[in-house]
Amino acid sequence: MFALLKREVLLSIRAGGGTLTGVLFFLAVVSVFPFAVGPDTKLLSHLAPAILWIGALLASLLGLDKLFAQEREDGSLDLLVMQSHPLSITIFIKAFAHWLMTGLPLVLATPLFGIMLNLSPLGIGATMITLLAGTPAISFIGAVGAAVSVKLPRGGMLISILVLPLVIPILIFGVAAITGALEDPAPFTAPFLFVCAITLFTSVLGPLAASIMLRHSAD
Amino acid sequence: MSTETIKPSIWAFANPTRFNAFANKAIPVFAVVTFILLTIGLWMSFNAPEDYQQGYTVLIMFIHVPAAWLSMMTYSVMCVSAIGTIVWRHPLADVSLRSAAPLGAMFTVLALATGSLWGKPMWGTWWEWDARMTSVLVLLIIYLGLIALAKAFDEPSEAALPLAVMTLTGAPLLPIIKWSVDWWNTLHQPASVSRFDRPAMAPEFLYPLLVMALAYMAIFFTLHMMSMRNEILARRIRTMKMQAARERKSGGGS
Repeated sequence: MFALLKREVLLSIRAGGGTLTGVLFFLAVVSVFPFAVGPDTKLLSHLAPAILWIGALLASLLGLDKLFAQEREDGSLDLLVMQSHPLSITIFIKAFAHWLMTGLPLVLATPLFGIMLNLSPLGIGATMITLLAGTPAISFIGAVGAAVSVKLPRGGMLISILVLPLVIPILIFGVAAITGALEDPAPFTAPFLFVCAITLFTSVLGPLAASIMLRHSAD
Repeated sequence: MSTETIKPSIWAFANPTRFNAFANKAIPVFAVVTFILLTIGLWMSFNAPEDYQQGYTVLIMFIHVPAAWLSMMTYSVMCVSAIGTIVWRHPLADVSLRSAAPLGAMFTVLALATGSLWGKPMWGTWWEWDARMTSVLVLLIIYLGLIALAKAFDEPSEAALPLAVMTLTGAPLLPIIKWSVDWWNTLHQPASVSRFDRPAMAPEFLYPLLVMALAYMAIFFTLHMMSMRNEILARRIRTMKMQAARERKSGGGS
């Protein structure tokens, strides 16, 4: 299992266009917002948590279509399916590797973008924690979308349409938690725990659903 | 038809021909029931008294609320079909899921559109990002995504499992829609019919609403069955076309 994780991570680093593209895309999305809403720092700092979360959401969707597609093309998907390990654990590892390569860099890049958007240090901390807790769920739900559309030659767009409505709850609770940290009456703990709960929930059910799907499409 | 006796179970309809024979008989009955219920329901709706606050606009309720209920019931039907596909590989479950999706999308559009028309005179706004409306909008996006997914596959039978898995993945949305009015206290009013104690609605409004709900359900079952029959026939035509193409190829040449 560790070997698989290592393979996935190495592949995405050495094959190029993995980690860095995600962060670049994140930067692009974040820097487009000030052009659209105007460079008013007060407004931007108010919008910053939402902008960062939307950017992270869109950046995490990148590369989801390749999660299983390349393995299917070169045939190694069949090998993964026929292993003695439960397939859902294999998928869990693959989704986790996807998060390590897309989600985690975004979390690490958040302080920089937070400063650019005039977010307070407390807000940056809250955004990092909620992104850290929430973005894995995007990868786990995305694994289902990737497995469903693995047979489609042009599945990339479709995955985004299928996955985006399902990750809206994470977005809601993530931004609610940041707002709770910044403004006094709103609670931080409750929405944050919801984010954690969604991530744990999807980490079990996402790989399970994807494994049902992949076992079917491997024949 | 053969005169063999079949145990009356869901598996009797695994044979598409048998299902279509049943559908051919059942659809006219359902259509008549729909017509009668709809006539009674509309008559009762238009004879309902004016609300002391809302005036005539309360009549919108009789088409809005059943549409919203049906948009969720259709998704429940699709979830049951999805379980039928994943667990039992029932051949009709996929047909049922696929033909229910456009109907569900239509009911959702109807609920959103009539709600918007009702919201303008009552709340002073066409649209508000309130919990109930937003979650129903998400439901519509999921319906449209599922329809797009169903159409993306070249071979209809290959779409069966992807559709089923994706449908069940979206299922947690149903309880969110149901209780969104209680969890987030925003614009849309909480449930006033499906409560454990007595409904908080005067009977002169409640009865037309219930009849209309039954009429909507009858519409759904009629259209669903027609659509399933069409889907079965369309697949048969597809198979025959491919067979004809294969014969032409093997007969006519090299």
